[in-house]
Amino acid sequence: MGLENLLLGFQVAVTPFNLVVAVIGITLGTIIGVLPGLGGANGVAILLPLTFTMPPTSAIILLTSLYWGALFGGAITSILFNIPGEPWSVATTFDGYPLARQGQGGQALTAAFTSSFVGALFSIVLITLFAPLLAEIALKFGPPEFFAIQLLTFSSFVGLGGGNPLKSLASILIGFILAAVGLDIVTGQLRMTFGVTELMKGFDFIVAVIGLFGIGEILLSVEEGLAFHGARTGMNLRVVLDTWKILPRYWRTFVRGSFIGFWMGFKPGGATPASFMSYAFAKRFSRRPERFGRGELEGVVAPETAAHAAGVAAMLPMITLGIPGSPTAAVMLGGLIIWGLQPGPMLFKDKPDFVWGLIASMYTGNIIGVLMVLAGVPLFAAILRIPFAILTPLIVVVCAVGSYAVTTAWWTSGTC
Amino acid sequence: MRIADALTAAVLMLAGGVVIFDALRLGIGWGTDGPKSGFFPFWLALLLVVTSLLILVQTLRSRAAGPFVTRQQLRPVLNVLWPATAAVALMHFVGLYVASALYLGYYMRAVGQHAWFLVLTLAVLIPLVTFLVFETWFLVPMPKGPLEAWLGY
Repeated sequence: MGLENLLLGFQVAVTPFNLVVAVIGITLGTIIGVLPGLGGANGVAILLPLTFTMPPTSAIILLTSLYWGALFGGAITSILFNIPGEPWSVATTFDGYPLARQGQGGQALTAAFTSSFVGALFSIVLITLFAPLLAEIALKFGPPEFFAIQLLTFSSFVGLGGGNPLKSLASILIGFILAAVGLDIVTGQLRMTFGVTELMKGFDFIVAVIGLFGIGEILLSVEEGLAFHGARTGMNLRVVLDTWKILPRYWRTFVRGSFIGFWMGFKPGGATPASFMSYAFAKRFSRRPERFGRGELEGVVAPETAAHAAGVAAMLPMITLGIPGSPTAAVMLGGLIIWGLQPGPMLFKDKPDFVWGLIASMYTGNIIGVLMVLAGVPLFAAILRIPFAILTPLIVVVCAVGSYAVTTAWWTSGTC
Repeated sequence: MRIADALTAAVLMLAGGVVIFDALRLGIGWGTDGPKSGFFPFWLALLLVVTSLLILVQTLRSRAAGPFVTRQQLRPVLNVLWPATAAVALMHFVGLYVASALYLGYYMRAVGQHAWFLVLTLAVLIPLVTFLVFETWFLVPMPKGPLEAWLGY
């Protein structure tokens, strides 16, 4: 354990072939992250057969790079259109979208990508130093701890909502009830399907988010007679440098978000609550909490830092224990077995070049990733210049396609 | 605004009632191996009914604060909503790709009044790209109609 192992890892990860693999993975991942309804898990599953001919280390680098790309990409549609590409980018919409509407989409995107990178880096460093120790803590997490996390997250929603707390509570209850529709996994009974077979599968989170959030927002901006104000955004890379000058001001948010993200992330299903919790904390400790929800850069930094820190930390139980920390990690785990590797604690001893190559590739992959998406900021921001009458139906169609892709049931596109 | 709030609260109460009805059928008590299937939905729905009732009371006691929506605002909203609803209904018969092409074309022409050339190019190109990405690359099947069948998909 220690530095010489990491050096060995870098020797594996920093070969021309593996770097090209990382670039390809990130490009594909960003596209997948932008498309709502397609997540990192889909992308990894589709690419899995391609990797059988590669050496295992290159294969895992391709798949993890795709995952980083999807994490970065989820923020793009959240900020530009208020449509979260992934569940954990929902909190990014709260301030990212108002910023984009004020013509500061470039700044919001830069802040999102930069804080994603900071959060990821924090988690990777912790994984490098404490992997086996942290794995033991993760194992001790049981139902009471999960309940506590969820309770804290949902309580923070009521505290967060700018308007009527009763309305926030009613919305949370509607969400819970929608989630209860379908097959009860404990007793096997059908709940609230009223004889409709298509309701058996229940409502998917992404469908609810796209339908209620994405389309609702489109209708609202149409009602207010607003075109998307993208034209005023500076369309060059100066935006990136200018934003970087402001960002160090939020160092406290970065640190807090990284810790929350990492702590929630290395246990299953942590990225989404982590992003919400980080946002709530940032608002609580801010000197200007009233600015949150109206386009505060800190409100983009907080959830993105936490979500990406959690996304990286989700890799930890997979490497050390062979337990997937996220659906994407579960698919990757399948890959490990196909490549002839036995996931679990012995992997560190049996295949040090693989494990440390993977950890080193997390550094290289995220560095390449952040450079690539930052270079793309002017391009992404330029999307907002498309005339309103073209953009609106396009978003509606993408929503319909996305929600259909999740469930493959025609009526979900009707929720759009 | 008052009427809209009160109506929403009433609808939510009704929805809560439906959930409670189904939860009672499933059993809201404690079975031999833990809570029965209706336990969780029952309490959620009960809370929803209570919350909506409170919102209703709150709304009725407040003073009116302007209309929920003006005629000028409603028009563009319906312009998005009706064609979209029609497209979803159409999806059943002609498939997702043709329906989105029609919807895109209609909105760009009727609302945006863009040139026919641009409208037609985009209305064909966007569903085509979607088709290539989802059907051939990601192998996610979408609802398809006679046109796709005729093309051999």
